[in-house]
Amino acid sequence: MSALAQQIVLGVLIGGLYGLAAAGLSLVFGVLKVLNVAHGELIMLGGYAAFWAVALLGMDPFGSLVLVVPLSLLAGVFLYGALFGFVVRANEETREKNSLLIGFGLALVLHALAVRLWTADERSIVTPYGGAVITVAGLSVPVVRLLSFVIAFAVIGGLQLLLTHWRWGKAIRATAEDWQAALLTGIDVRRAYLLAFAMGTGLAGTAGVLVSVGYSVSPSIGLEWTLKALIVVVLAGLGSMIGTFVGGILLGVAEALSAAAFGGPYREVVGLLIFVVVLCARPRGLFGR
Amino acid sequence: MTLSVAAGEIVALVGGNGAGKSTLLKSIAGLLPPRAGAIRWEEEDLARVGAHQIVERGLAMVPEGRRLFAGMTVQEHLDLGAFTPRARAVRPASLERVHALFPFLHERRRHVVRSLSGGQQQMVAIGRALMSNPRLLMLDEPSLGIAPRLVRSILTALAEINRAGVAVLLVEQNVQAALTLAHRAYVLESGRITAEGPSAALLSDAHVRRAYLGPLATRA
Repeated sequence: MSALAQQIVLGVLIGGLYGLAAAGLSLVFGVLKVLNVAHGELIMLGGYAAFWAVALLGMDPFGSLVLVVPLSLLAGVFLYGALFGFVVRANEETREKNSLLIGFGLALVLHALAVRLWTADERSIVTPYGGAVITVAGLSVPVVRLLSFVIAFAVIGGLQLLLTHWRWGKAIRATAEDWQAALLTGIDVRRAYLLAFAMGTGLAGTAGVLVSVGYSVSPSIGLEWTLKALIVVVLAGLGSMIGTFVGGILLGVAEALSAAAFGGPYREVVGLLIFVVVLCARPRGLFGR
Repeated sequence: MTLSVAAGEIVALVGGNGAGKSTLLKSIAGLLPPRAGAIRWEEEDLARVGAHQIVERGLAMVPEGRRLFAGMTVQEHLDLGAFTPRARAVRPASLERVHALFPFLHERRRHVVRSLSGGQQQMVAIGRALMSNPRLLMLDEPSLGIAPRLVRSILTALAEINRAGVAVLLVEQNVQAALTLAHRAYVLESGRITAEGPSAALLSDAHVRRAYLGPLATRA
C-alpha cells in the first residue's frame, strides 16, 4: 500500500512538469492555431542550457533559470520571426501543413545539433542537495523534484495572472478567440502572436531546466515530451492554464498507477489510452469550453 | 462608386444580400485590402495604414455577428476596446459614457459574454467599439438576430451616440429602421450605388419602396 502511495507521490511530482510542458504547447496552439511539434526539442535544449550553465559557469541548477528563461524567450522571438511567423496568417490548410513541416524539420535540426554538441548520452545535473529527501507520513519526497514541482506551479500561476491582468495578456486571449475582432479593437495581432510564441518557448525552456535537474536529458527526449504535452493539452482542453497543470498531474498519477499495476513498460501506454478515450468522449478536454 | 460621411452625420448603407455593403465596411476597417480606389480619412489614404492602427485614427467598427470574445467578461471587452494609446488616455471618461448608455454593462461587468442574450451581446459589441473613443462608428447589421424590442433600444442608443458628436455609418437590412434613423443614405446594388440622398427622400422614392419596403421585401 505504501509502495503505491509512494508511486502516486512521484507521479504527482513529474505530473507538474507535464503540466508545465503542456502549458507552452497549449498557449502556442490556442493563439497561433499552430501545433509546434518541436516543442519537446525546445524543452530538451532548455535542459542542456541548464546543464551548460552548471558545468561551465558553475551556476546553481535552479539558479540557471535566470539565464535560461530569457535565452529561451529570445529563441522564441527568433524562431517566430524566422519560421512560424510566415505561416500563422496563411489559410487554414496551408498553415496546418506548413507548420507541421516546419515543426518536424526544426525537431530534426535541433536533435542533430544536440547530438553534435552534447553527444547522444543521457545527462542529468548532479547537485550537492540532489539526494536530499523529506519524509512525510512514511513517504519519501525528493527535495529536488519537490522544488521543481513548486516552481512549475508558480510559473503556471504567474502565466495565468499575466493572461488575465496584463494588457497584452488580454490581447493574447482576444487574439486566440477571434483575431479579426482583436484587430478591430486596435490590437497588433502579429505582436500578440510573437508574444504568445515567445512565452511558449520560454515555458519550454523552463520545463527543460526542471527536467534536467530532477530527471535527465538526452537529445532524443524531444518527441517523448511533445507527446506528453500533447496528451495533457487534449486531456485538459485549451483556455485554462491551471486546468492544464491539473491535467499534467492527472497524467503523472495515471502513469504511476499503471506502472504499479502492470509494470514499468505500460507507463507510456496509459497516456495514449487517455488520449484516445478523451478525444472520443470529451473532444474539448476536461476543462476546455 | 463614391461615398462619403461628414463629421456628425448618420449615413445608412442599404441594399440586398451580396450588394457589397459588408465588404465596403471591412475595406474601410482594414480587414480587406481594397483592390482599387482610395479610402480617405482626413486626407490620409487608409489603405496604407495597418488595420490595428485604423482604430487609433478614430474609426471603430462593430462587425456583423458581434464577434465577441466568448470566454471573456463584459468588463474585459470594454478594457480591450480601449487598447490603443489614444483610447487609454481617456479610458475613465469613455467607460462612464458607455455605462450611462448601457447601464447593464456595468451591472453585468463580471459576466462572461457567452451567457448573455443576442441583444445584450450587441450592446457589449457597441460598448467595446465606443471605448476606442471613435469619431466614426461603423456598424454591420446591428439588428441581425435580435429581439425587436432590443433593436429599438439599440437604434435609440445610436441616435444618442451621434448626438454626442460621433458620425455613424450603418449597414442594415432593416431598411425602414435604417432610413428612419439616418440623415442620408446610399442604396447599393451589386457593388454600385443606385440611389443616394436624404433618408426622407429615399423613404418616399418609388424604386426604393418597391425594392426594399414592399410587402414582399420588408424585413423586420
